[in-house]
Amino acid sequence: MKKWVLFAALVIWMWPAALLGADKPVMGGTLIWGRGGDSVNLDLAQATDGESIKAGIQVLENLVIFGKDSMDVEPQLAESWEVSEDGLTWTFKLRRGVKFHDGTPFNSQAVYDSFARIIDKNHPFHGYGKWMYLSLSLGQVTEIKIIDEYTISLKTEKPYAPLLNNLALWLCPILSPKAMAEHKDQMGLNPVGTGPFKFVRWVKDDQIVLERNEDYWGEKAKLDRIILKSIPEPSSRLMALQSGTVDIADDLDPDSIDLVKRDGKLAVIERPSINVGYLALNTEKPVLKDVRVRRAINHAIDKDMLIKTIFRGLAIPAKNPFAPSIWGYNDDIEPYAYNPEKARALLAEAGFDRNTELELWAMPVSRAYMPEPVKTAELIQAYLAAAGIKAKIVRHEWGAYLSKTSNGEHDMCMLGWLGGNADPDNFLYGLLSADTAKTPGAANVALWKNKEFTELCIEAQRVFDKAERAGLYMKAQEVFHREAPWVPLAHSTIVRSYSKKLHDVPLRPNGLNSFQMVWKEK
Amino acid sequence: MPLGYLSRRLFHLALILFGVSVLVFLMLRMIPGDPAQLLMGEYATPEELARLRAQLGLDQSYPAQFWIYLKNILQGDFGKSLRTGAPIVDEIGVRLLATLELTLAAMLIATFFGVAAGVVSSVKQYSVFDYGAMFFALIGVSMPIFWLGLMLIYFFAVKFPVLPMMGRISMGLEVPSVTGLVVIDALLAGEFGGFGNALTHLILPSFTLATIPMAIIARITRSSMLEVLNKDYVRTARAKGMHEAVVILRHALRNAFLPVVTVIGLNLGLLLGGAVLTETIFSWPGLGRYVVDSLMGRDYAAVQGCILVFAGLMAVINLAVDLIYALLDPRIRVHE
Repeated sequence: MKKWVLFAALVIWMWPAALLGADKPVMGGTLIWGRGGDSVNLDLAQATDGESIKAGIQVLENLVIFGKDSMDVEPQLAESWEVSEDGLTWTFKLRRGVKFHDGTPFNSQAVYDSFARIIDKNHPFHGYGKWMYLSLSLGQVTEIKIIDEYTISLKTEKPYAPLLNNLALWLCPILSPKAMAEHKDQMGLNPVGTGPFKFVRWVKDDQIVLERNEDYWGEKAKLDRIILKSIPEPSSRLMALQSGTVDIADDLDPDSIDLVKRDGKLAVIERPSINVGYLALNTEKPVLKDVRVRRAINHAIDKDMLIKTIFRGLAIPAKNPFAPSIWGYNDDIEPYAYNPEKARALLAEAGFDRNTELELWAMPVSRAYMPEPVKTAELIQAYLAAAGIKAKIVRHEWGAYLSKTSNGEHDMCMLGWLGGNADPDNFLYGLLSADTAKTPGAANVALWKNKEFTELCIEAQRVFDKAERAGLYMKAQEVFHREAPWVPLAHSTIVRSYSKKLHDVPLRPNGLNSFQMVWKEK
Repeated sequence: MPLGYLSRRLFHLALILFGVSVLVFLMLRMIPGDPAQLLMGEYATPEELARLRAQLGLDQSYPAQFWIYLKNILQGDFGKSLRTGAPIVDEIGVRLLATLELTLAAMLIATFFGVAAGVVSSVKQYSVFDYGAMFFALIGVSMPIFWLGLMLIYFFAVKFPVLPMMGRISMGLEVPSVTGLVVIDALLAGEFGGFGNALTHLILPSFTLATIPMAIIARITRSSMLEVLNKDYVRTARAKGMHEAVVILRHALRNAFLPVVTVIGLNLGLLLGGAVLTETIFSWPGLGRYVVDSLMGRDYAAVQGCILVFAGLMAVINLAVDLIYALLDPRIRVHE
């Protein structure tokens, strides 16, 4: 009897997946989203972790936003915008008839309060939060002006083209002014935005429940509810996906992803991300000052093997400081090929002393761009040894690692960048210009101070034509390649593993998407 | 109950908590790692870091920070989490109840089965049952919890899906919170469906968590019973013609129970603070995981709060064990 019931259940369960092509979206259903950890703060202007952003962007919206599957900026709560002749004033025309989840109307006052609280010390809401990544959000904005109910302008001190990408980042959400006044410093527990889903409930370390916003200004979400469930153990997450307990399982390890691919009920999307993992060569150190040594190190490392062994294939080799999924990528650059002979020749030419021991700093934490930092360091150490360079692996606790590398205490250090606002400026100016190479606190941990490169980056900030900016960045990448301050290692692939019952599952190169259009088979 | 003794013990408790808070405060600041840097990671600029440190009060001297911390604690204010900004009391409260529910369930299972196995083993010493039970006890102590938990999930939730694999209650179900223990809340609300649901959610994690203490309890019970079974008063009880069950349960077990109570108390304390693995595998939103996460993020306020709670619980359990001693054995009297 029991067997029959099981069999019947199995047939009923498999039926829709097998027979219905299921291409017509249906409304309703609950999506259960298994992920590695809980969110920290759902007021995204204060969020620093991916798990907060993942949940928060379902609820909160920005003036502009990245495309569904790309990093190109599109309108969201702003319908259009223009930049003044002098490049200093940005004017946004806002969407009309939009309401926050608490019924408060969306208008320029809401934009004003959401932004001014971040940058204006005298704004009544300023004290309610820790506004952390100003350089990635509104740090350049000096004045916010309400022009009329649906027009607002932002002024910057100098022309700053990347501002548009900053506004599309999670750090610049628009929240209900009424809710901000009411919840004060606990806004992160009670997000009220204009998004396709409303925040319902949060059980810490367990689940966050969202439900469809029936009054959404655009196309309403298909799902009734989304439950984001914390499942910290990756094997449990895999089993939850296999057993149908969850519909999506984030951050599975490469072996698990293979299992998911072989499972007929499950699907995987892979997409190159916008991150980069790199080995920075401290150009201030006497040995590494010589560009021939830096090029030799570039030739010494086999990135394909690195990707095969460390990333298990889930990455592409890097040749530029940012990923090909970002505009302005220079694909004409010929990467330094893996060639230990050539490396040895270059070292000999530079008169490199074989007894010199260089410190190779290994990150103590793993990141998408550096999944197994210690193994990676060991592999690099072996490659360097083969080319005739002695390297000693050095480890520090993460906080100390960041502050010491930004102080230039290393010879070579491994680091990476998750991608920020997906503007080339964020990588090139942010991580490699002379302006960011000042210790202590250098983000340019190669301490590489190249005048030509820095000038190209600054010029690109002041130009508003995207094609023209791209041209400048192409040139900057040539300089970077020639001077080799880094060994760019890899751009990891981001992966979404989910049940085939789900359709229209999006995946942006930064892995952060609204689930507005996702629907689930009954 | 001698009140003088109790109040003295409570005074000791306060002293211990003070000592623990000083120690934790110092140790946290001695381990390397800057909370602000860990919070902001590789994105931080030096100005942003300095601003955040000031906002979190980390730019003040240690004595100043300690003074603020102590002053607040004495007023019952555990401060706010550096990571989430939420009050620590709220953050700990809900997780502590989750841990408490899991731990109590596990200890009930461990005690019941452990004592039963121990008693039967001792009564039927050198029988097949004895060897079998002690063999399983040995496996139980040496079993890696992590592996066991994953295997249980695989067999009972994936291969033969009869039990839920994670969480405290099915997603989407909600029972009004009164005690914070979902099983009891469901009963109080008269939601028997919810009660059954929560109970099935408890089975796998509590059995996983119970294996080690169950094995220890079984072994202790057995050896303690063996010692007692040869005592004169057991022989006397049998000679009086008492029913064997009464002899075993009332005369022997009661006397053999002292070391068992100690072990139960000790394990209860350990589990309350250390159910990290079980909580992680079964996605149980408890305190163990929270402490680990907080420690990794150097969330000083959260770790301090948690350790104080653990120390308090441990002290209370110790006190309870001592009091139960006196109840079980009238010869043990609390010295005035």
